Amino acid sequence: MSGGHEAATATTAALRRQAPSRRRFPWGDVGYWAASLLFIFVSVFPLLYALSSSFKQGSALFSPTLWPEAPTFANYSGVFAEQSFAHYLLNSLFVAGSVVTLSLGLSLMAAWAFGRVEFRGRGLLLMLILSASMLPQVAVLSGMFELVRAFGLYDTLAALVIADLLLTLPFTVWVLVTFVRQLPRELEEAAAMDGVGVLTLVFRVYMPLLWPAMVATGLLAFIAAWNEFLFALTFTLSTAARTVPVAIALISTASGFELPWGKIMAASVIVTLPLVALVVLFQRRIVAGLSAGAVKG
Amino acid sequence: MPETVLQAAFPSVPRGGLAAQRVRRAWWMAAPMLLVLAAVGGWPLLRTIWFSLTDSELSRLDDYTFIGLENYVGEYGLLASTDWWHAVGNTLLFTGLSVSLETLLGLGVALLLNQPSRLRTLLRAALLVPWAIPTVVSAKMWSWMLHDQFGIVNQQLLALGLIATPLAWTADPQLALFSIVLVDVWKATPYMALLILAALQMVPVDCYEAAQVDGVPRWQVFRRITLPLILPGILVAVVFRTLDALRVFDLIYVMTSNSRDTQSMSVFVREQLIDFGLVGYGSAAATCLFFMIALLSIVAMGLMRKAFERAAA
Repeated sequence: MSGGHEAATATTAALRRQAPSRRRFPWGDVGYWAASLLFIFVSVFPLLYALSSSFKQGSALFSPTLWPEAPTFANYSGVFAEQSFAHYLLNSLFVAGSVVTLSLGLSLMAAWAFGRVEFRGRGLLLMLILSASMLPQVAVLSGMFELVRAFGLYDTLAALVIADLLLTLPFTVWVLVTFVRQLPRELEEAAAMDGVGVLTLVFRVYMPLLWPAMVATGLLAFIAAWNEFLFALTFTLSTAARTVPVAIALISTASGFELPWGKIMAASVIVTLPLVALVVLFQRRIVAGLSAGAVKG
Repeated sequence: MPETVLQAAFPSVPRGGLAAQRVRRAWWMAAPMLLVLAAVGGWPLLRTIWFSLTDSELSRLDDYTFIGLENYVGEYGLLASTDWWHAVGNTLLFTGLSVSLETLLGLGVALLLNQPSRLRTLLRAALLVPWAIPTVVSAKMWSWMLHDQFGIVNQQLLALGLIATPLAWTADPQLALFSIVLVDVWKATPYMALLILAALQMVPVDCYEAAQVDGVPRWQVFRRITLPLILPGILVAVVFRTLDALRVFDLIYVMTSNSRDTQSMSVFVREQLIDFGLVGYGSAAATCLFFMIALLSIVAMGLMRKAFERAAA
């Protein structure tokens, strides 16, 4: 943004501040606050209700009070004792962590090639990579199933790591390419002067400079892998290789009548709160990363 | 990756060969990513299309015969299956409803977020909550809230006197798809709002300033200035969401399982492939979905190029 732009923003802000005094009643402001508060309520309420239900047990679950009358941790301890939920959490963490590391490493290398070097077929390849992100997961399901079986990876976490790369690589590449393009050209020339290789340039010079973009894209990739359901449901069978989303979807009672909603909500809260905390903490970077992939592309 | 080789080669190349050298190095750097994408995207897709021309089954993946287009146009083929057409209809209805609602609400939320205010940070944080929640979890959370007997939604609606008897939100065939749309709108509106907000923030401030000086009413400013300028951005967001909505799986599978009333194309494919083990037939359905999305992407890209050219002119 240029200085002139900022001055213009300041003027507009000043104009806006004057505006209400000219009118008799600030209908616009009332509308803004009402709409905003309604939006905040609708966005957050389901999570709050899940949180509230996760502390209720038995018939208390069926009363709609938001504040549990007799809060209990029984659902949480139950989830860990009966479900080996800790194991599923570790599985999810391993899959998502590996996917993030691999996607970022592979994309950063490719981002130098696509962002810095002119070569024939570059535009076409970038379009192909973008179109890979439009692929429906079920369109690769049978082919991937065959591949996973052929390599003896059925019912392993490795199968999920490999399959999830299809979901993360297209956008990590695209976002990192746009960010690498914004880096000054002189960096590369200086590196060449010092006789430094491309890999060193990418991982020692670019990576520290790009860390805000890396955090944003890494977080998006983490969320994508952490939330992935279809591949995890299809390529794993035993509880040993089960991830959290599949575990939550499959929680049921032995009798098969009413679902144990208290436990489902407890499990939901456990997987969601860290994610929401991370996202709210890094909200600026995530918003920047999300829109970089879409608008600048 | 042979780093030492690259390092040794870099500084000592004669000037004429430098460009060629760089291009070769670029290919080496892009190769690992391209190979992985080809292995997890390109190859499985080709295999799926091939399987769709065979009678392959899950229990005997290697032992199949080529049957041509039998899975598509045969007597028991896809095109003659009412379940398949039902799934296509469900998917299109779901996509149309959810994307149009998300666009309208997303535009509204983006306008709220674009307003300088003390609430802005809180709004943005609230915006990211539904987006960050895993789809499986939001499906479960809403299933609980929409529970026919104990759900808070029915309890509140009954208390307010808006309904006389509890509604079976996810079990009633007339209602289930709309409940699913509701949850999808809750979950995906933030994404839409963020993309539209990015477009809004690129509108030059001088436009608003000039309009304000001339005393143009707010609604007119929005209709005549803001909307035309952000239309290409909205279009991109709509295309992204549409392509995403067409392949919906998690939400529908978790909320209503394989129920015929709400089954989407993706749910149909997985049921055929995995639950019934009909790899050939399921792959044919998957191939149809793929070509539908591919065709739509190509059309959308053409449209977007036109819209951008018009916006630039």
